[in-house]
Parts: sequence; structure tokens; C-alpha cells
Amino acid sequence: MASQQGNYEELVKGLWRENPIFIQLLGLCPSLAVTNSVINAIAMGAATTFVLVGSSLLVSALRNLIPKQVRITAFIVVIATFVTVADFTLQALAPLVHKELGAFIALIVVNCIILGRQEAFAGRNPIGASVADALGMSGGFTLALLMLGSIREILGSGSLLGIPLFGAGFEPWVIMILPPGGFITIGLLLAVFAFVKQRRLRMSQERGAAAVERRAA
Amino acid sequence: MFELDWGQLLWIFTAASVVNNFTLSYFLGLCPFLGVSGRIDTALRMGAATTFVQVVTSICVWLLNTYILPHAPYLRLIAFIVAIASTVQFVEMLIKKLSPALFTALGIYLPLITTNCQILALALFQTNREYNFIEGIFFALGAGGGFTLTLVLMAGLREENNLATIPEALKGAAMSFLIAGILSMAFMGFAGLFSSTS
Repeated sequence: MASQQGNYEELVKGLWRENPIFIQLLGLCPSLAVTNSVINAIAMGAATTFVLVGSSLLVSALRNLIPKQVRITAFIVVIATFVTVADFTLQALAPLVHKELGAFIALIVVNCIILGRQEAFAGRNPIGASVADALGMSGGFTLALLMLGSIREILGSGSLLGIPLFGAGFEPWVIMILPPGGFITIGLLLAVFAFVKQRRLRMSQERGAAAVERRAA
Repeated sequence: MFELDWGQLLWIFTAASVVNNFTLSYFLGLCPFLGVSGRIDTALRMGAATTFVQVVTSICVWLLNTYILPHAPYLRLIAFIVAIASTVQFVEMLIKKLSPALFTALGIYLPLITTNCQILALALFQTNREYNFIEGIFFALGAGGGFTLTLVLMAGLREENNLATIPEALKGAAMSFLIAGILSMAFMGFAGLFSSTS
């Protein structure tokens, strides 16, 4: 029972509180490079989820067999194997998306979220918890990709999932689907999150101060 | 053994360093780009170490592509990543032996070069574009040079930025991304180099 609750906790923390992209600032390269449209963001999210869950499962199952000194190499080989599978599968199922994503599917190998989770979590926790953690982290990653992808596609091409949203009078902000748009979108998003967090902190402090005053009076 | 076409080599070098800059137009190597760009001198050293690893990787990848991988194409990713990891390990031992001072200065950043996605991307791009030995080396030099350039530019901008007054919410990562966005816009200007001549 206790472990059930623990697994749920591992699952939820990755979604927002420890979101890999917005909070931990990990795995930024793929998240900016492929988010110029929502469909690419979905494909990247799915591929990363597959690799992360698969390698967490395997690493956690093998955790007592892998010697400490060579663990990073062992993790990398496990990850590279899953990425190779994902790469070939996507190439067979959706050749167009695969072409669009280009080398970035292969580059999942060096996505620091994945190696980070193996080193920080799967290498020292039982299988159930590791899979829950991997699902949560990749969920948070996909969520962040979807946010970036939607903003950039709506502003940059005036459409969502390829469906035009605005009338013919809409002039697309081409800069948003070009590289600078990626940097600027994530910069502004981070600024908004920081602003909300600081405001909440200030308000709770004021409330605390008011409560102290009331008690004093 | 290889005929040298200097025009082609110059083209590869310029394209990799500024026009298709790895960091600013392909979003590769963002972690060190944001992590090590606090001070100009560390940025320079990091750039030099990365460039060196890229050149050695390029040579290894050429050897792998020519002699081993034609027999086992599905091992490509694993072979590349193992080659990169051992190169980084080798460079680490070399620097430790030759210059302990530089080794201490680089600290944790040295092993982290392994997970710099620029290096693996260089290996993959080089394979896709079928560069030969010499072209590969120029490609690696261009990529490393471009990375060093952006890293130093970013470090300079951030050093200035530390002294400026900016809104509380923008401090830290948010501001770095906005600066990178503006730098990236500036680098888009280099695309004119080729379209105007061809």
C-alpha cells in the first residue's frame, strides 16, 4: 500500500513540480529544435517516452548486476539500443515525420534527461518506482514540448496540427518557427513562470505578515 | 590520396561555423552554452576542449564509417557514442598529464563533453553528408570554432548583463534565452553569405 502511494508520488512529481524542461532545464536541445509544429512535438515526446521508460525498466532490472565503475557506459549502451529501436520503428511507421525530425531522433541518446534519470533514479530503485518515475518525467517533457510547439505553430504558421486557425488576413510571424523564435518562446515562458512564482511567494508573505499583526493587536 | 578542393573546404568550414551554427540554428549543445557561459576565460577553454574532442571524434567516425560500419549498420549509434565517450576519457587523461592547471580549471566540464549533443550530431551529420577524411576535419574545426565563438559572445554579453537592472522575473535562465534568441537572429544574417554569391 505504502509503495503504491510512493509510485503515484514518483509519477506526479515529473509532470510539473520537477518538470524536466521548465524547472530542471534539462534536455533543451531537442525541445527547442523540434517544436516548430505540434505534430513534431508529439512524435518527439512519444519517442522520448518510449526510450526513457524502456531504459528505466531495463536499468532498474539490471541494477544489481551492473558494476559501479562502468555504470555510465552500461546506461549509455542500454539507451542507445532503445534509441536505435525507436529510430527504425519511426522510420517504418511515419517516414515523413522521421525525415522532418532528422538527426534529432538519434540525438535522444544524449538527451540529458534520460541519462540523468538512470543515474539519479532507475539505477538505485525497484522496477515499479522506476517505471512510474520515467512515465512522469517523460509526461512532463511531452507536456512542455506540446506547450512550446502549440505556441510556435499558432503564431508562426497560424495553424494548429496543420489546421488553419485564422482567416486569410493573418500574417504569420515567421520568426516563431525559425530558431530565434524557439529561444524567445522558452525565455518568455520561463519569465512568466518566475513572475507567477514570485507573486505567489510575495502574497503568502504578506498574508503571513498580516496574520502576525492581527495576533499582535 | 585525397584531392584537396580548397573552395569546398572553406565552404564546409564557414557553413559549419557561422551560417548553420550548431548552437544558434540547430539548438545543439545548449547545456554547456547556458552552463559554461558565465565568464569569458572559462568559455574559451571549454570551446577549445570541445573543438579538440570534435576533431578527434571526426577522425574516429571516419575510420568507423570506412572500415567497420559497412558490415554492421545497425550498430552505428552505439559505435559512435562509445567512440565519443572514449575520446573524452582520453582527452581527460591527456590534459591531466600535460597540464594539471588546465585540468583543474575545466573541472566537471570535461567529462560533460560526452553528453554535449554537438559531438554526436557532428558524427551523424558527417555520416549523412558523406564527407571524406579531410572534409570531416574541416567540418569539425568549423563546428568547434562556431561553438567557441557563440560561447565567448554569450559570456561577454552575460558579464555585461550582470551589471544591468532588469525585471526580477527575467533574471537568470529567462534572460539568457532571450539574449540567445537575439544572437540567433543576428546569426541568421550570415545566411546571406551564400545565397548572394550562388
